[in-house]
Amino acid sequence: MSDVSRRKWLRAGLASAAGVTGVAAAATLADRYGLITPGHAGIYGVGDSLTYAAQRLLTEHSMAREFSRDQISKNPFPNCKAPKLKEYESQQAAGFDDWKINIGGLVAKPGSLSLRELKQYPAASQITHLACEEGWSFIAEWTGATLSHVLHEFGIRPEARFVVYHSLEKDWWDSIDMADALHPQTQLTYAMNGAPLPPGHGGPIRMRVPRQLGYKSIKFVTRITVTDNLKQQFSPEGSYSWYAGI
Amino acid sequence: MADSAVAPGLVDASRSEAPPRHSVLVRVTHWISTLCFFALLLSGVEVLISHPRFYWGEDGNALSPPLFIIPIPASRATVPTGYKYVLPDQNGWSRSLHFQSAWLVVFTGLLYGVSGLISRHFRNDLLPQREGLQGAALSKAIGDHLRFRKPPASEERSYNTLQRIAYSSVVFLLFPLMVWTGLAMSPAIASVFPIAVTALGGQQSARTIHFFDTILLVLFVLVHIAMVLRAGFKSRMRAMIAGRPTAAKEQV
Repeated sequence: MSDVSRRKWLRAGLASAAGVTGVAAAATLADRYGLITPGHAGIYGVGDSLTYAAQRLLTEHSMAREFSRDQISKNPFPNCKAPKLKEYESQQAAGFDDWKINIGGLVAKPGSLSLRELKQYPAASQITHLACEEGWSFIAEWTGATLSHVLHEFGIRPEARFVVYHSLEKDWWDSIDMADALHPQTQLTYAMNGAPLPPGHGGPIRMRVPRQLGYKSIKFVTRITVTDNLKQQFSPEGSYSWYAGI
Repeated sequence: MADSAVAPGLVDASRSEAPPRHSVLVRVTHWISTLCFFALLLSGVEVLISHPRFYWGEDGNALSPPLFIIPIPASRATVPTGYKYVLPDQNGWSRSLHFQSAWLVVFTGLLYGVSGLISRHFRNDLLPQREGLQGAALSKAIGDHLRFRKPPASEERSYNTLQRIAYSSVVFLLFPLMVWTGLAMSPAIASVFPIAVTALGGQQSARTIHFFDTILLVLFVLVHIAMVLRAGFKSRMRAMIAGRPTAAKEQV
């Protein structure tokens, strides 16, 4: 082997060693600062990891855009119908007053919260975009209690890393990290444009996560679980990216 | 057999005389971008068919008046298309492929952009030269293209004015605009840089511009392929793969 090619190999070897060390160091740092998405595995893990890390760094103190009242969409599109479930229908007949959300997992005082109790919490309103991954969107005024307030009422244990939330509809749930769960605009919404949230928009209670696409805003919420581990069960829509800030 | 006369390890004088038509970096970034382009186009079309309607402004949905509609069936039953059937929904992997390819093409574009500035590739080879933009020269170049005249041998080594205009538009306008309009559709990015959305007229405007930018890039690629065929498919492909339009043997 000539001198030139030996030097070349040596340089290539050093460069790849530095590269591997660099990636390993970046991964350690990313883990420490909560920059690793639960969706980091699989063939699209690279893209998901880059998006999540970049957006978590950028959005640490960001607020979803808020609009003026005259920008509210005249025809907000309800992309869903009321669940055809006896339980839902009887609740609807009773005005949803006793609609309950069970709150458990890594909280100090697991228990349940009715719609009536939820409305006793300080109300938060925001005029924000709901953007669906399909491409359509609308702007509405959403009113509810912030998820952060609800979680603090039940006492968040320090190990908490994710919040999983379930719909009354079977096999429909999703989850967010604590950065979004404790964000001031993430709310359990019960009113839209000044009226009770209609069934087509997830009434009586919908999770609103305005810094992510619409599919993270699960409708007909009945259960919230705080956890330190998603065990790959972060969403039933497996092929969709877990993090949807896009 | 000029090659065999040269001792291994030494630089072949006959090959080093002329620099390659395309540098290694240009060739590698060209083919990575090609791969990304087709991945982004395929996945983009797949996402588009879930809502083949376009709007202007901040918001738009099946209940609001569209700017225009693409008359194709959709992959979601909630969109009024006039068709009685719904296409299969493939948005899961399509979206993931779209964003992963977007990251790859952005990194590739950054590498290409920085090296193009440092090596003066942009100034020397890519930006249109002043004399080429003057009326007579420009109209002759357009006339030659319209008559499908085969390019002169001198173009083996450099780009003509129309090529420079086309490549510069893609590199400095269409590509950055694509990244910008793509990011402007992200609620998270919009929360950090709201002006990136409002400057475009709103989130739905960003989506519409993203679509028209795609049309322009597809037209560019079609014309680009047609021109490569006209100029000599073999030599141009060889130049973009191996660096030189003709094999080293023939060059001697």
